[in-house]
Amino acid sequence: MEMSNRMQNILIPIIAVLLGIIVGTILMIVTGYDAIAGFIALWNGAFGDVYFFGETVRQIIPYILAGLAVAFAFKTGLFNIGVEGQLIVGWLAAVWVGVAFELPKIIHLPLAVLAAALAGAIWAFIPGFLKAQYRVHEVIVTIMLNYTALHITNYIIRTKLSEGSDSSDPIAETASLRSPLLESLTDYSRMHWGIVIAIIAVIIMWFILEKTTRGFELKAVGLNQHASNYAGMNVKKNIILSMVISGVFAGLAGAMEGLGTFGYAAVKSGFTGVGFDGIAVALLGANSPIGIVLAAILFGSLKVGALNMPLEAGVPNELVDIIIALIVFFVASSYMIRLLIRKINKKGVK
Amino acid sequence: MGIMEILMIIVPTTLLWAAPLIFTALGGTFSERSGVINIGLEGLMVIGAFTAIVFNLSFADVLGAWTPWVSLLVAMLAGVIFSAIHAVASITFRADQTVSGVAINLLAVGVTLFLVKFIYDKGQTDIIQESFSKIDIPLLSDIPFIGPIFFSNTYYTSFVAIIFAVVAWYVIYKTKFGLRLRSVGEHPMAADTMGINVTKMRYYGVLLSGALGGIGGGVYAQAISSDFGHATISGQGFMALAAMIFGKWHPLGAMGAAIFFGFAQSLSIIGSSLPLLENIPNVYLLVAPYVLTIIALTGFIGRADAPKASGVPYVKENR
Repeated sequence: MEMSNRMQNILIPIIAVLLGIIVGTILMIVTGYDAIAGFIALWNGAFGDVYFFGETVRQIIPYILAGLAVAFAFKTGLFNIGVEGQLIVGWLAAVWVGVAFELPKIIHLPLAVLAAALAGAIWAFIPGFLKAQYRVHEVIVTIMLNYTALHITNYIIRTKLSEGSDSSDPIAETASLRSPLLESLTDYSRMHWGIVIAIIAVIIMWFILEKTTRGFELKAVGLNQHASNYAGMNVKKNIILSMVISGVFAGLAGAMEGLGTFGYAAVKSGFTGVGFDGIAVALLGANSPIGIVLAAILFGSLKVGALNMPLEAGVPNELVDIIIALIVFFVASSYMIRLLIRKINKKGVK
Repeated sequence: MGIMEILMIIVPTTLLWAAPLIFTALGGTFSERSGVINIGLEGLMVIGAFTAIVFNLSFADVLGAWTPWVSLLVAMLAGVIFSAIHAVASITFRADQTVSGVAINLLAVGVTLFLVKFIYDKGQTDIIQESFSKIDIPLLSDIPFIGPIFFSNTYYTSFVAIIFAVVAWYVIYKTKFGLRLRSVGEHPMAADTMGINVTKMRYYGVLLSGALGGIGGGVYAQAISSDFGHATISGQGFMALAAMIFGKWHPLGAMGAAIFFGFAQSLSIIGSSLPLLENIPNVYLLVAPYVLTIIALTGFIGRADAPKASGVPYVKENR
C-alpha cells in the first residue's frame, strides 16, 4: 500500500522534528547533561507562567512574518536568503519615522509600519530586478545585501539617528506597538500588538496566493517559467513582484522589533538571526500559511524556552539552535525520510 | 608619512586579512566546480576556528611553537568531517543545496558554542598563547624595496595561502582530477556517460571545501582573533563566497579577489590613521566587497557565470 502524497507531506515535518529532538537528547546524554531536566526547563521557559508565555508570543510574531517572507518568494521559485537584511532596513526605517515625527497615534503608527514595509520592499526589489533583468542568482545578491544592510544601518544609526552613539533615541509613544494591556496580562512581558499585524499578514498571504489571479501567476512562474511565459504571463514582472512582496513581509518583521519589542534601533555587531530562522520556519511549514504559523509557534517556543535551560538545568541554550538546524537538515533531506517511510510500509505489508 | 611607510603598513595587513579568505574561497571553488553550491563556507570556518583554538589551548604546552600549525591540520580535519554532512544531504539525499548550506551555518554556530560552554563553562575561550606571529621572512626580507614591503612584519600563512591558490589552479586546470571535477559541474550527464563517477567527484569537491574552509577558519582564529566566541567568525565565510564569485570561480581569480577584499577590510581598520583616507567614512570600505560582487554579477565588469550544473542534484534515473 503506497501512502498518499498528502499524508507524506504531513508526516515529513513531524518526523523531522522528532529526529531533531532525538539527536538533541542523545547529545545531552553524551555530554552528561540531564536531558529530562533540560526538556522540563525548556517547557517551563516557554509556557511555565504567563510572563514566559508572553515572551514566547513576542518571539513568534517576527518568526511568522519572516517565515511568510521566505515562503512567498519560494512559491515563485525564488530563494530569499535576504530576509535578514530586509528586516534590518525595515527596523531602521520604522524607528526613523518613530523618532523623527510628532503625529497623532492613528497616523504615526501606521506610517512607521508602512515605512518598514516600504524599506523591506525596496531592499528586496534589488535582487528581484537583477534576477529578472540580468538573470543574476538571487541567493548571492541577497547574501551580499544582508551585509550591506548591516553596515549601512549601523552607519546611519551612528551618524543620523544619534550623535556618534550606538543607539537611537526611543521612538515616540505614538509610534509604539507596545500595549500596557497585553503587558499587564502577561506579568510585564514584552508582548505587543504586532501579533495582530502578523495574523493579518498570514491571511493576506493566503488570500493573494489562493484567491487572486496574480497569486496564480506567481505560483505558475515558480512551477514552470517557460510554460508561464508561453501562456502569456510576464515572468520578469512576476519575479520582481514576488521579491517585493516578500520584502514587505520581511520589513514588517523588522517593524515588530523596532516598534514593538525594543522601541529603538541599536548598532549590531552581527545579524539578528530572525531572517535565517525564517528559512527554517518556511521550510518546516511547507510554505503554507497555516504551516508557517505552526512552525513559528514551535521555533518561537524553543527559542524562548531555551533561555531558561542554563538557569534551571545547566544545559547551554545553544542546544536548541542545534535542534533547529537539524530539523532544517532533515526536512531538506526529505528524500531520505521518504525512503524510510517506503521501507517501513513494505515491511508492514509483508 | 611617506609612500614607503604607508605601503609597509598596508601590504602586510592586507595579506593578513586576505589569507583566511583565500583558503576558504579556494574551498568554495572546488565545491562549486563539482556542481555543489556551498553557502555553508561560513559554518565550515566556524568549525575550523573553534577546533583550532580548542586544540591550540589544549596542546600548547606539549607542542610549543609548532602548536598553530598542528592545530591548523586538526581544524582541516574537522572541516572535512563537518562538510561530509553537507555532502551526504545535498549529494546522496538530494537536499536543496542552499538549504543544506544554511543548515550547516546554523549547526556550526550551535554546536561550537554548545561545546565551548560544555568544555570551558563560559561563553568564550581563553586567549591562545601560541598564535601565528609576525616574522621577517629570511633572505627575501633583505631584498631592497620589495623586501620591507612584502616580506617583513608579515605572516607565513599569507604565503602558504598564495601557494595553495597556485596549486589549486594547477589541480583544477592541469590534472585529470581537475578535468573530471569540472566536467561533473558543467555537464554531469555527459561525464557519467564517459564513465566518470559523478557522486564520487562531487563528494571530493565538497570535502575539499571542508578542508580548506577549516583551514581558513583556523588561520583566522590563530592569526587575527586569538580566541573563539560567538562573534569570532562573522561574515568572513560569506566574504570568501563573494571572493569566489568575484574571481569567476577561478582559483587565481578567487585569490586576487580575496586579496582585494582583504585590502578593503584592512583599510576599514587602519584607514583612520592614514592621510587622505581619514575623512572617508569607513562604511564605504566595509560594504565595498559586497557591492562590487553584485556589480560583477550583473556583468558590468565582465560577466561572471557559475558552473552550469551548480546547484542541480544529479539523479541517474533522469538520464
